This record gives sequence, C-alpha cells and structure tokens, in this order.
Amino acid sequence: MIEVKNLVKRYGNHTAVDGLNFTIEEGRIYGFLGPNGAGKSTTMNMITGYIASTSGEVLINGCNILDDAEKAKKYIGYLPEQPPLYFDMTVREYLQFVVELKKVPKKERETMIEEVMDRVKIKEMENRLIKNLSKGYKQRVGLAQAIMGYPEIIILDEPTVGLDPKQIIEIRELIKELGKNHTVILSSHILSEVSAVCDYVLIIAHGKLVASDTPENLSRKAFEDNSLELTVKGEQEDIVSAVESLEYVDSMTVKESKEEGCVDLSVKTQNLEDIREELFYKMAELHHPILRMQYIRATLEDIFLELTEQPEDVDRSGLEELNTESGEEEDHESDL
Amino acid sequence: MRAIYKKELKSYFSSMMGYIFIFFILLVTGIYFTAYNINSAYPKLDYTLNAVLFMFLVAVPVLTMKILADERRLKTDQLLLTSPVNVWDIVLGKFFALVTIYAIPVVVICLYPLIMSQFGTVSMFEAYTVIIGFFLLGCADIAIGVYISSVTESQVIAAVITFGVLFVSFVMAGISQFFSTAAVTSLICYMVLVVILALIIQNMFASKTIAVAVGAAGEIILLVVYAVKSTAFESGIQKFLSIFNLAGHFDNFASGILDLSGALYFISIIGVCMMLTVQSILKRRWN
Repeated sequence: MIEVKNLVKRYGNHTAVDGLNFTIEEGRIYGFLGPNGAGKSTTMNMITGYIASTSGEVLINGCNILDDAEKAKKYIGYLPEQPPLYFDMTVREYLQFVVELKKVPKKERETMIEEVMDRVKIKEMENRLIKNLSKGYKQRVGLAQAIMGYPEIIILDEPTVGLDPKQIIEIRELIKELGKNHTVILSSHILSEVSAVCDYVLIIAHGKLVASDTPENLSRKAFEDNSLELTVKGEQEDIVSAVESLEYVDSMTVKESKEEGCVDLSVKTQNLEDIREELFYKMAELHHPILRMQYIRATLEDIFLELTEQPEDVDRSGLEELNTESGEEEDHESDL
Repeated sequence: MRAIYKKELKSYFSSMMGYIFIFFILLVTGIYFTAYNINSAYPKLDYTLNAVLFMFLVAVPVLTMKILADERRLKTDQLLLTSPVNVWDIVLGKFFALVTIYAIPVVVICLYPLIMSQFGTVSMFEAYTVIIGFFLLGCADIAIGVYISSVTESQVIAAVITFGVLFVSFVMAGISQFFSTAAVTSLICYMVLVVILALIIQNMFASKTIAVAVGAAGEIILLVVYAVKSTAFESGIQKFLSIFNLAGHFDNFASGILDLSGALYFISIIGVCMMLTVQSILKRRWN
C-alpha cells in the first residue's frame, strides 16, 4: 500500500506537484493520467525515492521512502520514462546485475532471470548487446528490470510510448497479467490506454489531482453530460416555446442557424431522459420540420480535456499541443 | 555493493578503458624503471616512482571521468537510486572497482624489486614501502576523480576539472613558495580565507547574520592570536597549502619510511572524497 500525503515539489518558482493526496490499495492497476508536464513523472520519481519532495511524505507499506529508504525500496520495481539500461551489456548480463542489485537470494537468481525473460519474451535476445536492440525490446528489458525480484508494487512511467501497435497490445496484456499478483501503477497521456488497462484512474493536471475514480464511473459522469442537437425550420419563438413545453427539458441554448429560416438548438434533459420521439411528434404537429437531430454524448476524452484544461491565464500553445497530441493518439488507436 | 563492484569492473574490461589505463601506467613506469634501475643500476625505486607521478594527471581523469557522470547522463542512476541499496554502497562499490583496476599495474610494479634483486642487494622493506605509498597516492587521486565525476553530467567536464585539480595539487609545492614565510603574510591569507568561508556559509544557509557572525568572529580571533603570539603564523600558509599537496605526502614513503601519518592522510583524503560524493548524490535529489 502506498500513502501519498500532501506531496509538493517545487523547482525554484515553478511548482511541479502541488499538494497531492491519495492512497494506492493493494492488488489493483492504477493509471496516472494527465497531459505532458502535468507532474506524472515527478510524482513517480518521488514515490520511488529518486527525488525528494519539497514537503509532504510518501509511505510504502508504512515505511517512509526517504528515512527508511532501503526497506521501502524493496517493495518497488520502477521503470522510468527512459529505461535505465547499460548499452554495453548483454541482456543476460544486465539482468544478472539487476537481480543482484535487488538483493534476490543467490539460489533463486538464475531461475528468476529465466522466468522474467520468459514473461516479457526476451529469451531469444539474451546474448545480444542492449545497444543493438530495437526500441520495443529495450522497453521490455526495462520492464524485466522493474519486475525482477517480484516486488509488491510495480511502477511504470509511460510504458508503451514509442512502441508499435502490436507491441503496445503485448505490453498491455503483460501489465494486465502483472496486475493479478501485483499492485501496478502506470502513467500515460493516452486515455484509451488507461481505460483499457486500469482498475482505477487518477487524473492529474498542473500538479494537482483533478479526478480519481474507476474508468466506469468516469464514463458514467461523462454520459451525464449529454445534449440533443437539433436544426429545426420555422419561427424561433414558436420552436423554443414548443420545446420548453415538453417534459424533462432541463436547459436549452438557441443559435441562429447557417440555413435560412432555421434554428439550431442544443437541449439538455433531466436524468438522461430520451425525448427524441416526443420532440418529433411535437414538431410534426406544429409543422416545423426537423432537419437534423443528433444525440451527443460526452466521451471520456471530453472529460479528460475539460479536467486538464488550463483554468486561468490560458496558455494557448500548451493547449493546442495537447489537442493535436490527443488527435495523434486517436490516429494511433485507429491503426490498431 | 558487490553487484555494483562487479558491474563496474566488467564494464571497464569490456570497453578498452581498463586496458588502456593499465597499459599506460605500465608503459610509463616501465620506461623509467628501465632507465633508472636497469640501465643505471640504481637499487631503489624512490626516484623511479617519484618521476612517474605526472602520469596520474592524465591517467586518473581518463579512468574516473565516466564513473558517475555517465550514470547521470544515461539516467541509469534512476535504477541504482530506486533499488534497495545504500548510496554509500554505490559509491564505495564504484571506488573499489577503480582501485582494483589500479591495483593490477601496482602488482606488476611489485615484481620490480624482485627483478632488481637478481643483480645485487635490494632493501625489500624500503622498496615495498615506496610501492605502498605509490598505491595510496593513486587511490587518493582516484577518490578525487570519483567525487568530481559525481558533480557533473558530462564526462569531458569531469575529466578537465579532475586534471585541473590534480595539476594544482601536483604543483602545490611550487605555489606555496610564492608566498613569503613571514607571519604577516599568513595572517593576511588566513583573513582572506575566513572571508571566503563566510561567503560559502552565506551561500549554503542563505543567512547573512550567521555569515557575518562567523566572519567577524574568525577575523577577531586571528587578530588576537597574532597580537599575542605572532610566531604561530610563521610559514602558516605553507602548512595550510601542504594539505592539498598529495605528492608531498608521498616523500616520506619514497625515502623508505613507512609513514603512518602519511597513510592516514591519504585515507582521510579518500574518506572525505567519498563522503562528498555521497552528499553530492543525495543533495541532487532535493534540487
């Protein structure tokens, strides 16, 4: 179990992580979600004891990561953003070094190396120099390093970045499997990845925790944010009063339509009530033809964007970057 | 510690670095040994090993430059520092690996007295005392290199700074002669040092009052001591500078004296450098 209490990290005047509070329970897969620069890596580096926090504390099974470092670090396997590999070693030499570094008893070392290599499927590469491996294999060797010694908690910082779609699926499968026996924390700026793999999502923006829930609950919240988009031909006043007279209508925004003599409406209903049929008959009765009717549901993507957008002093460039990036990710997903 | 020790040793011998270092030391000492002890039939090693000390200026920076700087550049320090090992184990494991590499040519040098004894009488005790001093001096130089490698990410910067520091230490005997041995010279130098100390304190604790208090107290004590007993300051600056003269502490060993205070000096230098290395690694986490 990890307890993060009031964690703050400042670099000079810049606050990278701003008062994080959360608890990681055993045996689940957690996803850290946030745009680039949200403080995910910084938080992970603090949880693993690589950097110290400005204030606040991290407890791993009750051991403080700074004061009781050796004991606390025994519970953790960490794959940083850039896998910590020695390029001049072969895969096997590297894993032999790691297994000793993680203080695995001598008798178990060889069998553990074999097991781990089997799990991440790098057995056929064991005698290759790490510098000659492809990015995907390097990532897997890094992953092997993180699960070596079978620590209770496995922390993975953007484990699928830069991999091809097939490798992404393989790594995700592996993470899911690891989640059966370990607590796994992974970070990502790809929403679909987190919702596909994780039992629980922590959304971070500007160093703050903006939401934490299961992906299902987050989706449910997203669906509550529905709206019915309409283009109706006719007099605006007639149409608005007709729609208002319907049951369950909560709120409505009205716009001048691009089409001549038409009105664009966006209607929100109470309790997700579906009023499409009533609306159709009502308009038919009044001889106002409906030219377009579309039920819009907010996706997890929208929730994510809404939560992580800059609150004040909007930094446009950062936002655009985020948008294009999520666009790219979508392309990526369609490749799958 | 063993894991890191083994890994470093392996990495130095899987790249050319370890071999080049050993080759270079053996080459230089071999040339001087042949010239002084074989051709001129001089029965002691003191001149020989004193004459080759300059090679540390080049060999040590090349050996130590990557030891910690490279870990930082390649971000492999993330693995070491998030593993259940103590920072002391990391630093000592690396230092002992370098010492082991350095010990290989020293073991070969240990054969020199045996070779010389084939041609005449050689005082074995004196010869091996020189070699012990030579080994300790090299270890202290390596410790300095390890520390400097820990403060930067760049191997080149580490190598250049290490060379600079070792060079200044190498010519320290000459530098200390720039200053007169008069008491007033030492007093002025000490007063300047107190000011520097105060500035360092202000930098570290960001407190002007402490810095001013320490500075003022230091200057007053110096002036009072000077007024009471000025002879205490005579050639004081030379004594102070000799702390940084590593090769100077090798002189007693070279004359065949098993100098315990000298050995203690080298071990202290190693200890201080190791401590500074650990501190610089730990401190980085807070930045």
